[in-house]
Amino acid sequence: MAQTRFSAGRRDILRILGSGAAVSALPFGIGLAGAADKLVVGVIYVGPRDDFGYNQAQAQAVAALKKMPGVKVVEEEKVPETVAVQKTMEAMINQDKASLIFATSFGYFDPHVLKMAEKYPNVRFAHCGGLWTAGKHPKNVGSFFGYIDECQYLDGIAAASASKSKKLGFIAAKPIPQVLRNINAFLLGARSVDPKATVKVIFTGDWSLPVKEAEAANSLIDQGVDVLTCHVDSPKVIVETAERRGVYSCGYHASQAKLAPKGYLTGAEWDWQTPYTQIVKATLDGKPMVNFLRGGLKDGFVKPSPFGPAVSAEAKKKSEAVKAAMLKGDFPIFKGPLLDNTGKTVIAAGKVLGQQDPLLESMNYLVDGVIGQV
Amino acid sequence: MDAAMNRAMRAVAPLAPFTAAALAAALLFAAFLAAQGFEAPEALGLVVEGAFGSAFAWQNTLARAAPLMLTALCVALPARAGLVIIGGEGALALGALAAAMVPSLTAGWPALPVQLLMALAGFVAGGAWIAASAWLRHVRGINETISSLLLSYIGIALFNFLVEGVLRDPASLNKPSTPPLPDAVLIGPLPGLEVHWGLVWGVLACAAAWFLLRRTVFGFSVGVVGGNPRAALMAGLPVGALLIAACFLGGGAAGVAGMLEVAAVHGSANASLLAGYGYAGILVSFAARHNPLGIVAGAILVGGIGASGSLLQRRLDLPDAAVLVLQGALFVALLAFETLNRKGARRV
Repeated sequence: MAQTRFSAGRRDILRILGSGAAVSALPFGIGLAGAADKLVVGVIYVGPRDDFGYNQAQAQAVAALKKMPGVKVVEEEKVPETVAVQKTMEAMINQDKASLIFATSFGYFDPHVLKMAEKYPNVRFAHCGGLWTAGKHPKNVGSFFGYIDECQYLDGIAAASASKSKKLGFIAAKPIPQVLRNINAFLLGARSVDPKATVKVIFTGDWSLPVKEAEAANSLIDQGVDVLTCHVDSPKVIVETAERRGVYSCGYHASQAKLAPKGYLTGAEWDWQTPYTQIVKATLDGKPMVNFLRGGLKDGFVKPSPFGPAVSAEAKKKSEAVKAAMLKGDFPIFKGPLLDNTGKTVIAAGKVLGQQDPLLESMNYLVDGVIGQV
Repeated sequence: MDAAMNRAMRAVAPLAPFTAAALAAALLFAAFLAAQGFEAPEALGLVVEGAFGSAFAWQNTLARAAPLMLTALCVALPARAGLVIIGGEGALALGALAAAMVPSLTAGWPALPVQLLMALAGFVAGGAWIAASAWLRHVRGINETISSLLLSYIGIALFNFLVEGVLRDPASLNKPSTPPLPDAVLIGPLPGLEVHWGLVWGVLACAAAWFLLRRTVFGFSVGVVGGNPRAALMAGLPVGALLIAACFLGGGAAGVAGMLEVAAVHGSANASLLAGYGYAGILVSFAARHNPLGIVAGAILVGGIGASGSLLQRRLDLPDAAVLVLQGALFVALLAFETLNRKGARRV
């Protein structure tokens, strides 16, 4: 197999070049598809649009954009966070005449979106997850995100109520602040029901590793965990594994209820339609770019999945009560005294961190009750 | 007249299999699209327009092709020595990491020496990783294909461990990265173009590899080892050293690809740069039959498919998987027609 011949030299090259010539000889001449009178919006996804997760949540909002009058959407999926995404943004601007681009993966922001925003000051770039900072980042860039830890807290309530072993499992990609905040909120929600509940965490190391995610799910179930949730790009494998093994699950990003009709309790879903519509409307009306957009349950940025059949009436009542408080805006999740799982005080007694507190954006600990290591 | 005709025929003949392969792939893809209810002629037109239809399309293609030239060399150079190496992704990761460490150690230096040192660091790190497979092969008889793949996983794990651990810039909150490179050290675009200097590095590396393999005693010796290691031993060639050297150079090329990703694209080492260039390089090298000059064309072809895939998605609402069908059809056709051609060549 390794006995490759190197006899052909120049001929090989000619042959390869020849194919290029042959291909370029094919007829072409397709004009621009972008309609001049409409706002062309480009949307870029890092994974497939039908992943039952992160990308699907974005695609659901885009489906709503497509119904807006005066808007034409062009989409591209599975675009890696490399020079490829820069070229895709440029192609949307040059070939499709897009004047607003939604770059939906966190890793697109720095350097890719920032670079393109400087190069195309008349195009607007909306990025999901980044932390737009006045004075540091271009004015034609905006970042939007949601306080989804509120839904994770509600998940925790449903999970601890349904659990018999009071051992919950969380499969996460990387120990970064956004993920840690979700894990901690889930634990705090669970402990509000049962102060002895624990959350065991497994970090897989990357955003989309279905095999490792399945292994982690099985391993946690073997250790007595009877409710699983996660923070990875697609919860599909984890929710399916939980259902097959007969344990409960809470979803993430989008609804996975269809994948686990028996064991799906509830889930933390994005409601990206809210920020998407706001940003597109501002563009259509010629108002300045919305640079910083964040919100939680009460702002319609996130929503819990409808309860599954396994959620008890009592759990529903508890969850609805907390949700009502969150909708009123007076339910801070992180407040002192709070210990991390090494025994160190991370929030002093009497101190309350509101959802918008920038301290929460740099969370680097797991709270007491979470079994795992950052 | 006959002689002239003959000469013309002979010049054109080698192009025939490749042209046929491209046409066959186009037909296959068209049939696939038609079966899905798409306008096949329009789609084929978009394939060409997206990859080569304008100055912008060409630059799009070349920007995507640049890193593949270097990672394909990580397959082609060891292949000359008879080794099938598929661990380029790990070499790229470690090359990127080594390169990203250089600026913090050379604060205050002018840009050019820092960049060269970064390239050297990337080259040595990537080279050492792939050379380890050759060494294991030579000393312990371990299959280099398997060991290079497994070492690649270790390399990537090491990369993630260090980038998320001791080498992490504390300011990189939700995207763990090494500290950002100083602006002066960043490698910019080619004058007047949107493609960075990595393209030139890639083409030069391919040319140098071709010269090394085809025009030097070293290249000839490596070829002898690849042809028949026992005969090479009998002839007194240092087989182990040649295997290791060929792999070191190949791994080095992938390491430099990693360095370029850091210095020309990302500005730091982070997990985004592990986008599969090391694996795509395997495809490119095999399509080019491990010929370093053929790699330049092969990389442009794969880059072109990336660029046209982008346009296909946006204009026809095709899923990304359809683009994979096009790429698959093209490479299967290429290999099939290549085999036909080689059978013919052997008979002569």
